[in-house]
Amino acid sequence: MTITVFAFYLFALTAVAAGLMVVLSRNPVHSVLFLILTFFSAAGLFVLMGAEFVAMLLVIVYVGAVAVLFLFVVMMLDVDFAELKDGLAQYMPVGLLVGIILLMELGLVFGHWIIADGAPALRQAVAPMPEDTHNTVALGNLIYTKYIYLFQTSGLILLVAMIGAIVLTLRHRPDIKRQNVLEQMYRDPAKTMQLKDVKPGQGL
Amino acid sequence: MPTIILFAPLIGALLCGFGHRMIGERAAMMIATGFLFLAAALSWVVFFQHYDHPESIPLFRWVDSGALSVDWGIRMDRLTQIMLVVVTTVSSLVHLYSWGYMDKDPQWKEGESYKPRFFAYLSFFTFAMLMLVTSDNLLQMFFGWEGVGVASYLLIGFYYRKPTANAAAMKAFIVNRVGDFGFALGIFGLFFLTDSISFGVIFEKGAELSQTSFNFLGMDVNAAEAVAFLLFVGAMGKSAQLLLHTWLPDAMEGPTPVSALIHAATMVTAGVFLVCRMSPIMEYAPGTLAFITVVGASTAFFAATIGLVQNDIKRVIAYSTCSQLGYMFAAAGVGVYSAAMFHLFTHAFFKAMLFLGAGSVIHAMHHEQDMRNYGNLRKKIPITFAAMMIGTLAITGVGIPLTHFGFAGFLSKDAIIESTFAAHTGVGSYAFWLLVMAAAMTSFYSWRLIFLTFYGKERGDHHTHEHAHESPRVMTIPLMVLAVGSIFAGMIWYSSFFDEKFDRFFGMTVAEAHGEAESHGEATDDHGETKADDHGAKDDHGGHHTMGPYVAGQGALYVGEGNNVMLEAHEVPKWVKMSPFIAMLLGFSLSWIFYIYNPELPKRLAAQQRGLYAFLLNKWYFDELYEVIFVRPAKWIGTFLWKKGDGGVIDGGINGLALGIVPFVTRTLGRWQSGYLFHYAFAMFMGLAAIITWFVIGGAG
Amino acid sequence: MIAADLSTVLPELLLAIYAMAALMWGVYLGKDTQARTILWATVGVLFVLAVFVGFAPEGTRTAFGGMFTNDGFGRFAKVVILLGAAIMLALSEDYLTRNDLMKFEFPILIALAVLGMMMMVSAGDLMALYMGLELQSLALYVVASFRRDSLRSTEAGLKYFVLGALSSGLLLYGASLTYGYTGTTTFAGITSVLESEDMSLGLLFGIVFMCCGLAFKVSAAPFHMWTPDVYEGSPTPVTGFFATAPKVAAMALFARLLHDGFGAAVSDWQQILAFLALVSMFLGAIAAIGQRNIKRLMAFSSIGHMGFALMGLAAGTVEGVQAMLIYMAIYVAMNIGVFAFILNMEKDGRPVMDIGSLGLYSRVEPARAAMLAVLMFSLAGVPPLVGFFGKFYVLMAAVDAGLTWLAVAGVVASVIGAFYYLRIIYLMYFGEPADALDGKMPVVHFAALSASAFVMVFGIINLFGVEDIAAAAAATLLQ
Repeated sequence: MTITVFAFYLFALTAVAAGLMVVLSRNPVHSVLFLILTFFSAAGLFVLMGAEFVAMLLVIVYVGAVAVLFLFVVMMLDVDFAELKDGLAQYMPVGLLVGIILLMELGLVFGHWIIADGAPALRQAVAPMPEDTHNTVALGNLIYTKYIYLFQTSGLILLVAMIGAIVLTLRHRPDIKRQNVLEQMYRDPAKTMQLKDVKPGQGL
Repeated sequence: MPTIILFAPLIGALLCGFGHRMIGERAAMMIATGFLFLAAALSWVVFFQHYDHPESIPLFRWVDSGALSVDWGIRMDRLTQIMLVVVTTVSSLVHLYSWGYMDKDPQWKEGESYKPRFFAYLSFFTFAMLMLVTSDNLLQMFFGWEGVGVASYLLIGFYYRKPTANAAAMKAFIVNRVGDFGFALGIFGLFFLTDSISFGVIFEKGAELSQTSFNFLGMDVNAAEAVAFLLFVGAMGKSAQLLLHTWLPDAMEGPTPVSALIHAATMVTAGVFLVCRMSPIMEYAPGTLAFITVVGASTAFFAATIGLVQNDIKRVIAYSTCSQLGYMFAAAGVGVYSAAMFHLFTHAFFKAMLFLGAGSVIHAMHHEQDMRNYGNLRKKIPITFAAMMIGTLAITGVGIPLTHFGFAGFLSKDAIIESTFAAHTGVGSYAFWLLVMAAAMTSFYSWRLIFLTFYGKERGDHHTHEHAHESPRVMTIPLMVLAVGSIFAGMIWYSSFFDEKFDRFFGMTVAEAHGEAESHGEATDDHGETKADDHGAKDDHGGHHTMGPYVAGQGALYVGEGNNVMLEAHEVPKWVKMSPFIAMLLGFSLSWIFYIYNPELPKRLAAQQRGLYAFLLNKWYFDELYEVIFVRPAKWIGTFLWKKGDGGVIDGGINGLALGIVPFVTRTLGRWQSGYLFHYAFAMFMGLAAIITWFVIGGAG
Repeated sequence: MIAADLSTVLPELLLAIYAMAALMWGVYLGKDTQARTILWATVGVLFVLAVFVGFAPEGTRTAFGGMFTNDGFGRFAKVVILLGAAIMLALSEDYLTRNDLMKFEFPILIALAVLGMMMMVSAGDLMALYMGLELQSLALYVVASFRRDSLRSTEAGLKYFVLGALSSGLLLYGASLTYGYTGTTTFAGITSVLESEDMSLGLLFGIVFMCCGLAFKVSAAPFHMWTPDVYEGSPTPVTGFFATAPKVAAMALFARLLHDGFGAAVSDWQQILAFLALVSMFLGAIAAIGQRNIKRLMAFSSIGHMGFALMGLAAGTVEGVQAMLIYMAIYVAMNIGVFAFILNMEKDGRPVMDIGSLGLYSRVEPARAAMLAVLMFSLAGVPPLVGFFGKFYVLMAAVDAGLTWLAVAGVVASVIGAFYYLRIIYLMYFGEPADALDGKMPVVHFAALSASAFVMVFGIINLFGVEDIAAAAAATLLQ
């Protein structure tokens, strides 16, 4: 039991600290690396909760694909974040003040944090217990049956994102050479190739 | 037919005022004048009809709100008939006269169109006046009352290029507001007490009102007295009685036909008309009646004194008007309403004529109004001279004493003076002596006017005198018509108005004897003649010296039980009957001595009695007094509120907000709208923090 | 079960299927050459759906375990959204063609945004709420930067996106606080918890955060900052679209969340909404005075109008919701006319957005100027035009709910705000002569402008019956 508790605090503190470093570190590459650390910590927390499948997804998809992609993008774009942050310094005092006030108030909330009497029961009603079912079955039930509506909507949102990305960035440049697969496939050597016998010392 | 009389001037005014561009100036004026003559002709036809009972002709619904239910309606009775005749006759003649007088007015540049406007105003005034006199409820009367006020304002200020005319117009309007306030309060009071403002209803409640009293500021006030007093305040304003008289002389800034129509014959008599109309209430308010008598007599005396020394020909006549109105109120005050109406009737003729004559003189003298610049005009403008002479004879009351033979003013004025004596009360004798003295002064200033204008040496600008000429026919014909009225109106209708049988003329019903009322009904068409009255003279009332009692509301006038002043007026001692005549002779003689026999005398007298002279010349310093008491404090308050209240607080506040704070905030917000993302995000967090802090500090609701 | 669910969401389902089919059609059958066809087809579909939703049977039906609520309130909002979107889309055709923006993705994105809006107003769950909101927002971010070669347009899109993400964060944080306290995300569950138990500070913060997130979507101050920049930078038809359907959807969502979810805590969120309404009304009125660009001006105008609509919501009563619905319907009707006009503010084929260009416009185009004047009077809330009645209902609701101070402030703000509406009228009729705008107005635009002006004048007779329908709709929300 103590190991579980110890592990929880380790992962949790690591996640928070790494998250903070994502924002604070001056080097963007470091930021991305801290992001990866945050993902790992979160995966650890999932494992502690018995959601191994989600934990693995997090590692594979987020760490393995998304974060690495981020890393490439950040390296390729070479954005000088330090310069962007310079403007912020001017507003630091006021910003800090507002931030501290917000933080204090949120601290107040957590100090008085209570949960409604009916809340645990309501939570139980939708969340499957990991002891009862396999991760994948539970996820399938939630995603494809109970929350099918949300799942489909997510699909639509991604569709919109895709359309948006295409419509905003795709350019049909007329002056570049483009690969046309069909044209390539239907190319007939007989028609396109012409054998010429060139005599030495003479041009065509 | 009354409907046609009522609306003909309105149609004339509308067509003339709005249509003159379409139909042309001349046609517009013709229409206005034509409609007025039509109304006048019909009025005379109506005048010779007889109404046993007041007849109500409803026109259409006006207000229907709770207990307040008002129709536009015409109340046809003798009072209305008299007023109809007076108003339409004088008005039509003034319309005609204006063709000449307003032609080529020097106030206007060549080619400017002003005449149709003038005629439209005149016709509109006539309509409003008719509305006033024909109304069968107080609200409609108030409508007419204010209507004539507006028309008067427009006409006094007709020469709007003259600052004095504008000031006079405003003064007239504002002073009248004071009276109107009282009138309006009176109407509210009547409605409050009787739940109606219809004459038919309230006239029957006079006795009831006199038994009612209400508490006002800790005093028990008799309802009838209060209402009568408030109504009389309205009358005082309109009829330029003492304290509220200051506007009338100034109103002479208007064109002279206006003075003749509004400020001599019609509008200013509205107050008298109101008091007579409300006689069923007035009769139950003896205190108010006494007050009316005092005010009337004092005004008559006071205005006459000022008239003695004025030099502007129109102002002399204006003060004369003021004075004569005082006579009428004095008569009404002692309960002889018919005498008041009689004087109103005759006065309309000769005063209109005097004004029109004065206008003719002014016209001849190229708009010179100062009498000191006149003199010896009788040869140059003989018709005007003759008319003015007749008018003066009428106003001074020339006639054969102890008979009913004389000029119009002789009969009506003597009737009033006799009535005041016959009242046998303190205020009655106060009024009697003042009125007799006023009669002497009337005679003096009237003859002074004649002597200064038509006799003596030519004074003033020689050039003007050379070019003096008789007025065109359109101006002299009205003078001649009015002259006829001034001579005969008194003799013809003396017995109708001022005789023990006047009740028949006014269609009043005696309470017990209904049969008799019906027998009176036979005398319909011919009672305008004097003979008609003889035939009932000794019927059954001739023997004993009482009148009535009459049924309130049944008839044009009401005379309370025990009010036998009129009968007693015929029985007064001979010296009383002679007194006005003697006063007249006295005035005439003095005037003759002063201005014909020894023209140097007035100057010496003025020099000797400098204080008195200045006192009179400055109109008892009323204007100056009002200036100090009312005008300056009002101006001070107005200026204070304007500069500090309106200018400082309101304008300053609004301007500060609109020109200072709002643009500042706009600029600030514009600066915040910097385009930088983090500013925007920051604003969002500020908002969030603000709301959360509010909840943390204010606590959850 | 699933069949009943699907029939309940049938309009949304049809729209989603249509959007995907149209996408396929466009991609495989000639891309942008099909753009006009798809645009008009989308207009037609939106109209048909409006009719379909409008004449759907009465009653409240839920689907997917309470995530989706199809009730009278939702149907009212959906009809307004669908009609507003359809008309704005129809108006955009001419502009897109002339400015070389006619891509087939545009109507599809609009259709998907409308789908998101329909989901928003029918949301019965915090997650469904968020999904609908994101679907709508994402589509709007894209169309905001649709003129991708223009710096302003892309900047607008990016700002909108980043700040929108921030607001989504606020919303999600609030939702998680709410879930943390109540243990459920469904509105019904939250209501049941609230009814039986006390308000906690955590839940209150949750409400505050969610309100702030939604305030961003309705562009209520102080979460409005994106509005002027995005309105100005976006292509004009998109601006017109922003000003109509999304505002209705966001307001309806706001009402849905507050009444369906937190209906038992009216006194708590009333203060938040009163604050938002107050700040928005004054900010909209005052900041607009400094604007010369008519699109920015309309942005501040919309902020002010949202303040008024929020005032209705702040009342927390059936009358308040009714007033809000009426207000939004009128607001959409006015904006359709105004943007039909703005779309044609051109000179030599280039859009002119400076209000100085309207100088003495009445001499050039008296009919258009007169109709715009009517709309401006109506926006200012001058009686007896319909815009006045919108404000009137809202103020009445606020007064009845005991928020008299807010109503008085609203009147003051509307007096200040009247200035810039009247200034446009002043410019058109008495201003300095300007180089005349020479935009030719297509028939569709002229019809929209005149219909809008017509509604503003003749709607005063009975508001075309909207009053009763809105009352019934509001009643279903509060049961």
